[in-house]
Amino acid sequence: MTEVQIPSPLRQYTGKQSTVTVPGKTVGDALTALVGQHPDLQRHLYNDDGKLRAFVNVYVNDEDMRYLDKEATPLTDGDTISIVPSIAGGKGIV
Amino acid sequence: MPTLTPPLPALSNDEILRYSRHLIMPEVGMDGQRKLKAARVLCIGAGGLGSPLALYLTAAGVGTLGLVDFDVVDYTNLQRQILHTTADVGRKKLDSAAEKLKAINPFLNLRTFETRLTSANALDLFRDFDVVADGTDNFPTRYLVNDACVLTGKPNVYGSIFRFEGQASVFATEDGPCYRCLYPEPPPPGLVPSCAEGGVLGILPGLVGVIQATETIKLILGQGDSLAGRLLLVDALGMKFRELKLRKNPDCPVCGKNPTITQLIDYEEFCGIRGQEATAPAAGSASSATTPAGAASPQPDVPSISVDELKKKLDANEDVFILDVREPHEYQICNLNGHLIPLNDLPRRLSELDPTREIVAHCKMGGRSAKAVKFLLDSGFKNVHSLTGGVAAWADKIDPKMPKY
Ligand SMILES: [Zn+2]
Repeated sequence: MTEVQIPSPLRQYTGKQSTVTVPGKTVGDALTALVGQHPDLQRHLYNDDGKLRAFVNVYVNDEDMRYLDKEATPLTDGDTISIVPSIAGGKGIV
Repeated sequence: MPTLTPPLPALSNDEILRYSRHLIMPEVGMDGQRKLKAARVLCIGAGGLGSPLALYLTAAGVGTLGLVDFDVVDYTNLQRQILHTTADVGRKKLDSAAEKLKAINPFLNLRTFETRLTSANALDLFRDFDVVADGTDNFPTRYLVNDACVLTGKPNVYGSIFRFEGQASVFATEDGPCYRCLYPEPPPPGLVPSCAEGGVLGILPGLVGVIQATETIKLILGQGDSLAGRLLLVDALGMKFRELKLRKNPDCPVCGKNPTITQLIDYEEFCGIRGQEATAPAAGSASSATTPAGAASPQPDVPSISVDELKKKLDANEDVFILDVREPHEYQICNLNGHLIPLNDLPRRLSELDPTREIVAHCKMGGRSAKAVKFLLDSGFKNVHSLTGGVAAWADKIDPKMPKY
């Protein structure tokens, strides 16, 4: 099982949970399982073509998966996945 | 950063006394303090992050501090922007900042720039400084600061905050990654965390801004391990600090091997907010040197109603269903006795609405309610309007007793 760290902007789509535990042998499996558990995350993590959005970075432990095997990066028990979206600042309610 | 070349300026006896706690540390010492005195740091924004940055850099003896801001202090700033006091409400942030900084350290050479940072002025501005500290609050300016730093060869001391989380790093050092290596593209405006998710814990800019000040001083001194190549994540709620590895992307459009961005571009267009109300300061906004973040959310063009018209309808006892699409914690601050369905919940709670009735949707300022009305129209509703200016306009024009937030 892998722990996925959910950043605060996305916690509204995970029932306010800051970490979600998912099964999966690869990062891709784990993210699919995550979106399976929390379908509202889908459009925030993936574009219409099913590709991860460019402003959503995914780390396995402290390494950017773009520099590993991307979604095919294998996971071992105890790994942590972090979703790190870009944030601009903090204020303002429209 | 470009190494400060001798001769470094001398310190007066008054300065030696003032900085004695630096001077007796070997990591700073006389040479380090003289480097600080020679250093020129440009701080973008005199708001949440800019406050601790400017205060500590000034106290530490940075010789020349540039501040870019065009905003005026308002009440909603005071919860976190510790450069400014209650008595400063209504003053220019630069005037308020100058007074505080000069009071802390009269040796400071303060250069203020009352302007929005733009593609037209950024390069000239940056060339006069050694380090740029980014205290902005929106994506267009983030990318502008980054690109201008890469193009002028100035390190970009980065900090960003959202609610109770922060990020910090040092970008655009000689061999290090830049912000675009980390995030090649900004999120499309519609996917910026919803407006209701805004807000920030007041101490968080303090935490992150002080990290930025620390990194700035380390760059100047040439001491320690810089955050270049690392992204520090701060979670104030869990009180956890984590770090992630950052790599320079060889294909980065601005700092890569074959850059496609060789001059500054139109950053509002790049961030997809051209044509929105990007330049209209939102009422009561706590913005810094740049575009109000609220404007980053595009507002669909939908049927609207003014607060005066709504008041008339209500006074005439017309059958109007008021739909409040804010969050429950906002409803607790003030409300129009409307039916509360937060914007994000609207799709699955549509059955609570009667399509035969006239519906007026409102939020705080009109952004979320416009989205709600667009959604309702798309869902087949016919008689729906968005309340222009939201409860903020209601408080301004109809009910002065209603609290504003
Ligand atoms: Zn880069």
